[in-house]
Amino acid sequence: MHIPDGFLATPVWATLDVAAAPAVGYLARRAQQGLEQSKVPLLGVMGAFVFAAQMINFPVGMGTSGHLVGAALLAYTLGPAAAGVVLTAILAVQALVFQDGGVLALGANVINMAIAGMLAGYLPMYLWGAGRRRRSAIFLGGFLSVLTAAVLALSELLLSGVAMPAAMLRISLGLFAISAVLEGAITLAIVEALESINPDFVRQPQRSAGWVMTGAGVAAIFLAVVGVAFASTNPDGIWKLADVTGIAPHAKSLFAAPLADYQMGLLQSVWLRKAGAGLAGLGLIYGACVLCGRLLARQRGA
Amino acid sequence: MQPLIEVRDLRFRYDDGTTALDGIDFDLFPGETVAVFGANGSGKTTFVLHLNGLLTGEGSVTVCGMPVNKGENLTRVRQKVGLVFQDSDNQLFMPSVLEDVAFGPLNLGLERDDAEARARAALDEVGMAHAWGKAPYHLSAGEKKRVAIAGILAMQPEILILDEPTTFLDPPGQNALIELLDRLPQAKILVTHDVDCARVLASRAVFFEKGRIAAEGSVEEVVARFQWDRTALKRSAGSPF
Amino acid sequence: MHHVVLDRWSRGASALHRRDARAKTLAVLVFLIALATAQRSFVALSACYFVILAAVVVAAGLPLGSALKRASVVLPFTAVFAAISLAAGEPMRAASLIAKSYLSALAVLILVSTTPLPELLRGLERMGVPRYLLMVTQFLYRYLFVISEEAQHMRAAAQAKSGSIRVLFNRSKFGAAAGALGVLFARSYGHAEGIHQAMLARGFQGTFRTLAARAFNKADAAFVMAALIVLVGARAAVEAWI
Repeated sequence: MHIPDGFLATPVWATLDVAAAPAVGYLARRAQQGLEQSKVPLLGVMGAFVFAAQMINFPVGMGTSGHLVGAALLAYTLGPAAAGVVLTAILAVQALVFQDGGVLALGANVINMAIAGMLAGYLPMYLWGAGRRRRSAIFLGGFLSVLTAAVLALSELLLSGVAMPAAMLRISLGLFAISAVLEGAITLAIVEALESINPDFVRQPQRSAGWVMTGAGVAAIFLAVVGVAFASTNPDGIWKLADVTGIAPHAKSLFAAPLADYQMGLLQSVWLRKAGAGLAGLGLIYGACVLCGRLLARQRGA
Repeated sequence: MQPLIEVRDLRFRYDDGTTALDGIDFDLFPGETVAVFGANGSGKTTFVLHLNGLLTGEGSVTVCGMPVNKGENLTRVRQKVGLVFQDSDNQLFMPSVLEDVAFGPLNLGLERDDAEARARAALDEVGMAHAWGKAPYHLSAGEKKRVAIAGILAMQPEILILDEPTTFLDPPGQNALIELLDRLPQAKILVTHDVDCARVLASRAVFFEKGRIAAEGSVEEVVARFQWDRTALKRSAGSPF
Repeated sequence: MHHVVLDRWSRGASALHRRDARAKTLAVLVFLIALATAQRSFVALSACYFVILAAVVVAAGLPLGSALKRASVVLPFTAVFAAISLAAGEPMRAASLIAKSYLSALAVLILVSTTPLPELLRGLERMGVPRYLLMVTQFLYRYLFVISEEAQHMRAAAQAKSGSIRVLFNRSKFGAAAGALGVLFARSYGHAEGIHQAMLARGFQGTFRTLAARAFNKADAAFVMAALIVLVGARAAVEAWI
């Protein structure tokens, strides 16, 4: 789900741009591995492949159609760092050339799809890819990559005060869940097709991916799972969680002040105010995970 | 006369164990053009990939006196041996024609201005000077091939190797390419199915079969021999029994 | 196809086309931020900005109708949210979504229609974006045309065989589509290997070296100043009067 410009509130798109920049820089450094640029054509061509594959429509129902997003597939074939770079390149071309997704919103879209979604998709393969549950892991990865990205996008829109009644939210999540299932199925089918062509196309999951990736992946999935649970039934439970972790009051003060000037008319609803703060809290947890992971990785000289 | 390229007993196996080259002996002398014929999969392309060190096998390959399997020679070998691939799209990977043709000179360590000057001169040599700013996907197949050749010429090689250069070209394009190649003074190896092209350009031919050189001689001799095999097939297919 | 059209437009010869990519990128960023942060005054500002953008399209020698139409690709998605906002009693929010998303898309379209993408990417590199990422993007763009053509051929072949590319709930068609994408993947990989061989054959040592880049000249500086004055001035003026 590519968020256009004009949807996100300024604190939201600005923060996500600021968060995305070093994250992408980190992924680019990891993908490059020194000064070697010989993999650039491979990454570029694989990006073109995903782009071309995304143009094939798979009908989802209710007049909408889904398509291969490819985050999980790229992670399985190129590794997570390279996949992140390729996905960022894809999003950049989509935003610039096709005006699909905004330019100021690029940070948000990159975090949702190229980073969080991709890592969430890679995690099952990383954990279970070497064993008997491989096929389920691949399916789950595809599923999580789309669902995580979608939940993050929806929460960013909610945080920005974009009108989204509960009914619409549930329908959207339902549609995204269907796309996620599709992504899982398509990803699995393609991986199996690839393995019959050349088993080397799909990498063996490497334990050395590092716990930065694992940590961020876990955080992303946590967000997705919690986000879905929250939207479906129990905003109060999430609010309690945010309260318990002590994030909630900070989140409220951080966002209440600047957001007050913006037309958050719809946030008069108690339910959505909780939504905003709860999701903000989760976002901060996620951000903290990534930041800590990065700082520690640097200390270890990774 | 010292050969520019000297191959002795070259052997190569693919990763799965199949033999691709089974003892190739080959020489290329200055000024000559050698046509390399053979069925698909007979080892022709695998053979030429050894001549600039993209593949390394057993036996010896020497280019202008330098052994090719020594790592430190590779850049010099690749300057001497210019390889024009069959797929021009894979060869023209830079955003503009000029940048692509300048890629080689820049890698050789030339300063930017010198590299650009060389690139423009090479484009001029192939008649594509006007296209310097164009993107490769805007060019026709024939134009792409010319630009690919310019990219090689800009490195000032002594040997040109062209892998199926006339495939994908229409007859006028093929004629234009043959005329261009005829004008170029470098020694050439032409891997081709195009017999007419070979007849015009090549002074000598070799015929690859299952990783070995099965025939050598003038173009007419070798062509007659492999056309004979196909004519025999035709005759038996038309047999009344 | 959209990217083919924009690519063609980007190779025009107007004064705007000749400006440095960095200057144009800066101007567009200022535009986007000025528009995104506008709150009370956004209606008047949007009208003002629309006129400015339309003038720029004409000055760049681009077909106005076609450009305005192409920028509207963002509208269907936006319309849904705008309708919901209207239903929720927030007409200003609805108008804001439509105006901002459309004008932002139009501004980006103008940028890409007056600057060939590789040049734009080089400009971004000089503005600090990681080189590795931009080189991958450059190669992606270069081979986008090649791979999508191959994908279209495969699609046509698949449709000829099965009658339709709709594959939901049909296991054999699903498998066939996945198999087709598997083949496309393998072909793409083959391209990547061929490109790598071609790079090595011309002496590639591990880093891409590039020709001398275009220098930022006085006309570019003047353009940036003019853009800043007009865009920020318009915003200030509109907010002062409303």
